[in-house]
Amino acid sequence: MQSFLDIFDIYLLEAVINGILLGGVLALLALGLNLIFGVIDVTWICYAELVMIGMYGMYYLVQVFHLPYWAAAPLVILLVALLGAALHFFVIAPLLTAPPINQLLATGGVLFILQSFATVAFGIDFRNLGIRLPVLALGEMNFSYARLLSFAAALVGMVGVYLFLTRTFTGTAIRAIAQDRQIMPLMGVDPKRIYLVTSAIGGGLAGLAACLLVLQYDVHPFVGLSFGPITFLICVLGGLGNFIGGFIAAFVFAEIISLGGLFSDLEWGYVLAFAFFIVMMFIRPAGLLARRS
Amino acid sequence: MNRQVAFWIIALLALVALPFVHRDPYHLHVLVLILIWSFAYTSWSIMGRFGLVSLGHGGFMGIGAYVTALLWNHLGVSPWIGIPLSMATAGVLALVVAYPCFRFRITGHYFVLVTLALSGIVLQVITATRDYTGGSLGYTPQRAQSGKGLFALQFDDKTTWYLIALAVWVAGLVIWRAIDRSMIRHAMEAISEDEDAAAAAGVNVTAEKLKITLISALMTALSGALYCQYQMFISPDTVSGIAVSLQMVFAAIVGGVYVALGPTVGAVITIVLAEVLRISFGTKAVGWDNLVYGILLVLFIIFLPKGILGSVIDRIKSPRKPSRGHEQQTVPIARR
Repeated sequence: MQSFLDIFDIYLLEAVINGILLGGVLALLALGLNLIFGVIDVTWICYAELVMIGMYGMYYLVQVFHLPYWAAAPLVILLVALLGAALHFFVIAPLLTAPPINQLLATGGVLFILQSFATVAFGIDFRNLGIRLPVLALGEMNFSYARLLSFAAALVGMVGVYLFLTRTFTGTAIRAIAQDRQIMPLMGVDPKRIYLVTSAIGGGLAGLAACLLVLQYDVHPFVGLSFGPITFLICVLGGLGNFIGGFIAAFVFAEIISLGGLFSDLEWGYVLAFAFFIVMMFIRPAGLLARRS
Repeated sequence: MNRQVAFWIIALLALVALPFVHRDPYHLHVLVLILIWSFAYTSWSIMGRFGLVSLGHGGFMGIGAYVTALLWNHLGVSPWIGIPLSMATAGVLALVVAYPCFRFRITGHYFVLVTLALSGIVLQVITATRDYTGGSLGYTPQRAQSGKGLFALQFDDKTTWYLIALAVWVAGLVIWRAIDRSMIRHAMEAISEDEDAAAAAGVNVTAEKLKITLISALMTALSGALYCQYQMFISPDTVSGIAVSLQMVFAAIVGGVYVALGPTVGAVITIVLAEVLRISFGTKAVGWDNLVYGILLVLFIIFLPKGILGSVIDRIKSPRKPSRGHEQQTVPIARR
């Protein structure tokens, strides 16, 4: 009995730590979405599909063009950043004055486009980088280096964005425009440029997430659906546009999925997370950290 | 007005007579699919036209299909009882989720994302309970013994299915028209313009929204059950989940959300497009139909938010004087 409990606790601890590691990448994705929502007031339903395109980019650069991983990653980040800027320029900008729901649905159309583009261009086979990182055995617990690396890189990325937002002029302008989009043009800030820069940063974060996720998961055209919805729920749970709320919510969700998956199938982890989300919406409609008005 | 009524009656008779004149099974199959999906899209638009954009309808459709099929396979309950039960299940779920949503004034983005979670849950539950539902491999209702087709609501004859689907589709349009002429419509239009003002004018915002949501969810569940009985095969990806929800939104918007036949036009366009691509390109066409859908959706939202039929009707009715509702260029949730 005693030994059974020991094993059980080890598994529990392993699941908790894996949840934290998963939370890092989710927090990165949530940060990108929150940034775009907070500044431009748009929800990119197709955000996870940008990540999917980035994962394909990694696949082709590494497997077909035989670039080393560390050289391919910046290229992919740049590529997805450009994609984000293009998305803003071609789809969001013409709709800026339309009701937000139309912008949301238009990005839903982009979701279809990107998914089926990937199906047409790359086929529906599962692909992976063929890089197998070793597994770190800590006592009786196993952690893959891929997850540890993702967690670390996600943290670095988030700190980078934080420094950019607080220490540079453009970053300050981005934060200012999120607070008052009428006044900022009078202060000499060009909102169009800021929106483009923000979209590019949001895309860049998706690109970074793609570089990290491709280490752990196979790529296929519908891979976005497996973490896209979760990302939106995290953002809403944290309060759309609330960076810190999104950060906390990412770890809450990751723990629920990880622990739910420990006790039952992975799907039940997701069911639990979704149900938790709906319940929380009723308890705190404006997000975890919102003050009651 | 009388001429208009006569026109509709003749059109309906022509539709009823069609399968007896034109017996091509493939064409009938496409028509049945169009009618069933038109009904589903109409159900979505009943809510969507008032700015209640739901991405949870994939969930309701999945419940309609799976509850009916599960009751039949595991308990031997006839779909005649199973379909009402599945609709009731979807209705209860809709109320459970929608009541707090409306009570706490969750609107706009937040409403979309809460309903998105709902269809996510349904999809994951179907996948997770794979011992009963077959998981992502799909599920087939058991064939009834011969002679019990009516009891099991299973018909090999396409004409029968065509007539059933036609009847349900017409019922959907009748419901649309009833709502269009009722007080609910005025209340909902007021709510979609400004909730506070509507409430101040004496509209019970929560109750009106709940009514419309319930009607919409019940109809969507029925469409799912019909689809299941007709196709005799369902999988989580074809009747539930976010992709199906987005498909509904897409077809409804392309056709036109604000006119009764708009969702039907959307269904005709999407299904015919998919079939044409499938026939002319075969398996190479995988993905192309969705690519075209996506591009169309984006273009429509940017340039033609009232949809094809809505814009055409506007053009016919009043080339100069904009008709009532013209100022509602777009889906009107979003005024803040």
